Amino acid sequence: MLAALAAPKGGGAGGNGPPRGRPKAARAFVSFPRPGATDMLYREAGQFKTTYAADTAMFPILQDRIGFVALLLVAFVAVPILASPYLFSAILIPFLILSLAAIGLNILTGYAGQLSLGAAAFMAVGAFASYNFVLRIPGIPLLLAFAGGGVMAAAVGLVFGLPSLRIRGFYLAVATLAAQFFILWALTKIGWFTNYNASGVITAQQIVILGRAFDTPQEKYLLVLAIVTAMAFAAKNMGRGNIGRQWMAIRDMDVAAEVIGIRPMRAKLLAFAVSSFYCGVAGALFAYAYLGTVEPEAYNLDLSFRILFMIIIGGVGTVLGSFLGSAFIVILPIALNMLVTWLDGTLHLNVASSAASNVELMVFGGLIIFFLIVEPHGLARIWQIAKEKLRLWPFPH
Amino acid sequence: MVQFFFEVLIGGLLSGVMYSLVALGFVLIYKASGVFNFAQGSLVFFAALTFVGLQEHGFSFGLALLATLVVMVIVGLAIERMVLRPLVNQPPISLFMATIGLSFFIEGLAQLLWGANVRGLDLGLQDEPIQWINDTVGMNISKFDLAAAGIAAVLVTGLGLFFSRTRIGRALRAVADDHQAALAVGIPLQQIWGIVWAVAGFVALVTGMLWGARNGVQFALTFVALKALPVLILGGFESVQGAIVGGLIIGASEKLAEVFLGPYVGGGIEGWFPYVLALLFLLVRPEGLFGEKIIRRI
Repeated sequence: MLAALAAPKGGGAGGNGPPRGRPKAARAFVSFPRPGATDMLYREAGQFKTTYAADTAMFPILQDRIGFVALLLVAFVAVPILASPYLFSAILIPFLILSLAAIGLNILTGYAGQLSLGAAAFMAVGAFASYNFVLRIPGIPLLLAFAGGGVMAAAVGLVFGLPSLRIRGFYLAVATLAAQFFILWALTKIGWFTNYNASGVITAQQIVILGRAFDTPQEKYLLVLAIVTAMAFAAKNMGRGNIGRQWMAIRDMDVAAEVIGIRPMRAKLLAFAVSSFYCGVAGALFAYAYLGTVEPEAYNLDLSFRILFMIIIGGVGTVLGSFLGSAFIVILPIALNMLVTWLDGTLHLNVASSAASNVELMVFGGLIIFFLIVEPHGLARIWQIAKEKLRLWPFPH
Repeated sequence: MVQFFFEVLIGGLLSGVMYSLVALGFVLIYKASGVFNFAQGSLVFFAALTFVGLQEHGFSFGLALLATLVVMVIVGLAIERMVLRPLVNQPPISLFMATIGLSFFIEGLAQLLWGANVRGLDLGLQDEPIQWINDTVGMNISKFDLAAAGIAAVLVTGLGLFFSRTRIGRALRAVADDHQAALAVGIPLQQIWGIVWAVAGFVALVTGMLWGARNGVQFALTFVALKALPVLILGGFESVQGAIVGGLIIGASEKLAEVFLGPYVGGGIEGWFPYVLALLFLLVRPEGLFGEKIIRRI
């Protein structure tokens, strides 16, 4: 009974998103054990919560715990053994790094409800700050430099978050474009940031942690994976905890939140700072583990938009959605490209490469619209629905 | 020095009119449907490219103009039907994202249809200083800029009259005020939205031809949308006159800043100065100059 009551909160996707349309609790009561239902692999019947700790667990259902551990094992053990260098450097590493950036933006936009179009700029701050920490403080541990990059990004984020105390909605969104353009301009024009490099494209320093160099794609992947996993856990728990609830209250109705005793200034600025910290670390990783260079142009408005797409398509206000959206946006162009090449090869259409890239652009835009129409709550919501269905399977109700 | 200042100022004001034109397209749609239409820049690009492309296929100026107008109206109606109608009642951010997706789609479509070459667009107006003004007060004022400002003024006045004097305009303002109340008194909501998108397509055509004639018809035209955003937040999203006044302020201050402030900080500040200016302005007036003040209560 207890388990059935708690059921709709189950798993990584649940609970935290924006208010959903359909009442869920009413359906959960049906999943009592039934005779002959042994083929239901995914069910929580019989799993009773006897402590408060069990009641607030991140994965309250045993199957979710097993699944998650299996996923981690695959990510940390199987993938490094099996994957090719191309897979690491073209798909897995950018996927993980952009997931982290998407989590950062999700904290600000999904949890706290402050629309931002400047995520890439805070990534740039993180990258350049890390570069300068390593450059100017000899012997600084690289991880500390990454964290320092995150802190610098958080500080800049605080400054650009100040207007959010007065400005709302699309006015704020456009105002965050000020951050995007101003920061990139400053990084390009002020020589100190780039160490007076004439070309503006700097080679990132080698990744060395505790005397061990991380040079191969495999090693970089493991480093990125470890950082992203830790930070995703932290984000998930922030979203479930006190501060996450404050953010969601501000998002849903800031006046009401203020009335019940939440300080909007503190909550909003904290959201900007934490979000920018995540983006900053992601930006540093983007430069060091993916690009290998530190350059302002890599963090243009286009990247900001792509990160925003990730959270919209993945699911606003969910950590899982950040990963799903990032996977979608990273893989889609590659898949489209492969599809066009394949069509070209088999059907001998002789598509000009410019036409192919235009078709790609159209399909990309079209798919985004399609997804917004079909599932406005994102891929994370589809996952949640699938789990609800699975819980009852093979019974219809 | 004073003369140079005024020359820069007037040049800025005139280019500000061009920004206003783009901003106007945004305001129309935001006012009527609450959609922040990021695809306006792409529509401008699409219109200019279609016009030039048709001319290349042997259409005369007038015929190409008419055909493009028809195309833009169809595009506007199609967007309303296929993108916005299924998304009714979604949060504004979803609609905003949909229009970003739409802008990708239109950019791809435009270049697929007409190719990506940079083309010139000739309106029969030369971008040269007017001799008469140069002789009398010694300032360089471009003939083209002045004509563009004139066209913009006609367009704005026309739209203003359309909105305030006609039956459709009144219905449109009613829809903007309150969708449900408008529906309740029998105003056909979707028809009105169709009209608004068609008008936005028309504005995009005018904007595209003016910008295209000035900078050449090329992909960079889509970025004029980014120029229009600070104009919008400065003037307020819901206000036609806000778009005009905001455009003038942004245009003038941007050019003045670039010329007089730029050399001290390394130049290139045109890209962000309007945004920072608009941002600072918003701190004083969070809903822009002429935006609607929203009273928030529980």
